[in-house]
Amino acid sequence: MVNNKLIDLINISKSYNGNVIIDDLNLYVRENEFLTFLGPSGCGKTTTLRMIGGFETPDQGKIIFDGKDITKLPPNERQLNTVFQKYALFTHMTIAENIAFGLKIKKKSKAYIDDKIKYALKLVNLEDYGNRMPDSLSGGQQQRIAIARAIVNEPKVLLLDEPLGALDLKLRQDMQYELIRLKNELGITFIYVTHDQEEALTMSDTIMVMNKGYIQQIGTPEKIYNEPENAFVADFIGESNIIGATMVRDRLVNILGANFPCVDEGFGENKPVDVVIRPEDIDLVAPEDGIITGRVTSLIFKGVHYEMDVMANGYEWLVHSTDLSPVGSEVGLKVDPFDIQIMKKPESDDEEAVVNNEQ
Amino acid sequence: MSNENPLRNEIVTEEKKTKKKKDSASTLGKSKTLLATPYGLWMAAFIIIPLILVLYYGLTDGNGNFTLDNLSLIANPINRKALWLSLKLSLISTAICLLLAYPLALVLKSMKLKDNSFIVMVVILPMWMNFLLRTIAWQNILEKNGVINTILEALHLPALNIINTPTAIVLGMVYNFLPFMILPIYNTLAKIDDNVINAARDLGANGWVTFKRVIFPLSMPGVISGITMVFVPSLTTFAISTILGGSKIVLIGNIIEQQFQKLGNWNTGSGLSIVLMIFILVSMTLVAKYDKDSEGTNAW
Ligand SMILES: Nc1ncnc2c1ncn2[C@@H]1O[C@H](COP(=O)(O)OP(=O)(O)O)[C@@H](O)[C@H]1O
Ligand SMILES: [Mg+2]
Repeated sequence: MVNNKLIDLINISKSYNGNVIIDDLNLYVRENEFLTFLGPSGCGKTTTLRMIGGFETPDQGKIIFDGKDITKLPPNERQLNTVFQKYALFTHMTIAENIAFGLKIKKKSKAYIDDKIKYALKLVNLEDYGNRMPDSLSGGQQQRIAIARAIVNEPKVLLLDEPLGALDLKLRQDMQYELIRLKNELGITFIYVTHDQEEALTMSDTIMVMNKGYIQQIGTPEKIYNEPENAFVADFIGESNIIGATMVRDRLVNILGANFPCVDEGFGENKPVDVVIRPEDIDLVAPEDGIITGRVTSLIFKGVHYEMDVMANGYEWLVHSTDLSPVGSEVGLKVDPFDIQIMKKPESDDEEAVVNNEQ
Repeated sequence: MSNENPLRNEIVTEEKKTKKKKDSASTLGKSKTLLATPYGLWMAAFIIIPLILVLYYGLTDGNGNFTLDNLSLIANPINRKALWLSLKLSLISTAICLLLAYPLALVLKSMKLKDNSFIVMVVILPMWMNFLLRTIAWQNILEKNGVINTILEALHLPALNIINTPTAIVLGMVYNFLPFMILPIYNTLAKIDDNVINAARDLGANGWVTFKRVIFPLSMPGVISGITMVFVPSLTTFAISTILGGSKIVLIGNIIEQQFQKLGNWNTGSGLSIVLMIFILVSMTLVAKYDKDSEGTNAW
């Protein structure tokens, strides 16, 4: 299903009034991919998307679409459509006229347009809304009309900028499934922008994690979650224990004075590293069986599991467990070797973005 | 299943929202009524009462008996000619203002100034000087031996004879009322979300189509209030025509003024005023109706 490169961003840089927003970004998007730009607000996601859509021109670099250089092409000549953050519907037109806008410009026949309007309204579950005005629709409905208005043009790529950002939680979750269904039905490429890591993990084939205009990691949701490449990614995606440690030698890491067996190799001997351990990967055992021991300092019941803080070797470990250990009890902590994720400490300039963002 | 759920949820929340709105509206309503009282009194004193007086004088004769004679005086050839000229010059002035103001408003919008008060300032600035003074200044500029002709003479060019012509009056109207066209148009243009324009471009519209189908229709409310705010004062003015038209050119405003000021004939003056008001009401209704119609069929 996933095949050749459809969009290629090569050495893209962009600054506003001397502030570098995107610095030498390289990225490709494959046909039929659901690619998500994930990162905190202000990290340059929208800017990157706008350059693909044609609303901004990069200061440097090239954008290749389907083998052609489109870096300088105006938006109306690009074979992609955008769903904007705040719907951006034409408030002076009916819903049907909104959807017909792109088709009328392409001078399609009336019969074709009418068919498409019907098809699109059905696709987004708003069949009877054709004659209404945009202002009379709720936020979620307007968002779906914005999607309908874009997809009737049969773009090769749909760009979506936080399309669910303004909706409440329940509706947002429903719409996530709607969007996945839509994408599968249409068989087109989606480039999706969000700052919500859960949304990104749920929907994407591939996630590009960004911070301060730099790509932090590109990979599948599983890869990003289980094998974050640096502390920023680990911290941004889900809850985790991120601890400074020393790589003793291959497959052995010293965390807070205790040696933990792990599976990573090639970091050298006695080199400083960061380790990431997900709270659900820590096993609570009897004190004598643990690699280190500590004392439970807080306990919250979270429905499926208990969330505990365990003070051990001077660090407060976040632990998720279905077994309860009361506050004040002494416990042993154990981690399976493959659940310890080792990351290089940031050294170079672009990795600096990682450090600055840690709280 | 998940396909239908979001829709239902939304409808429910939407209903709740409107209910809430209504509740808060009714409590707000009461305090609003209270706050509006001084304004209401002011309106009664300075708008309603004069209007009633005009209606009373306009529809009665000198003895206080009901009559339509005052209104039919508009058919008098002199009055009819003045009304016709007024209509013509106001329409021309309004059209010129629109043609000047719209591109200017577009340019102002494209400057994307963070602080709109700057634009308001620049546009309003000339109005800080008294309206009559400014018009008299134009008289001096356009006069036979005025500023323009002095310059033309120095350059050995033929003199311009604009003063005391309809052209001078149109110039005066445009000069005085242009800000009233720029501001409302600029305001509606500035309110258009950039992404709405981007969306049109995204859907394949080039610059011109984007303007024709999206930007211009969305700015219509501003255009309409601009037209109203230029057309109405142009149609009723007597100061501009007196100063720049001399005694030769008589607009309907001059005739009404004469009736009140020189002849002391309040009945005729009021009667003609009523006719003028009817003209304004009719033309504004036409403009508003045209706007509604064009909204219905705006998309091709
Ligand atoms: N038109 C612009 N002019 C100046 N700065 C801008 C402009 N657009 C975006 N920025 C800046 O670029 C940075 C990245 O913005 P953006 O791409 O919108 O971030 P994100 O979508 O990830 O929240 C922000 O610091 C923002 O202030
Ligand atoms: Mg954004």
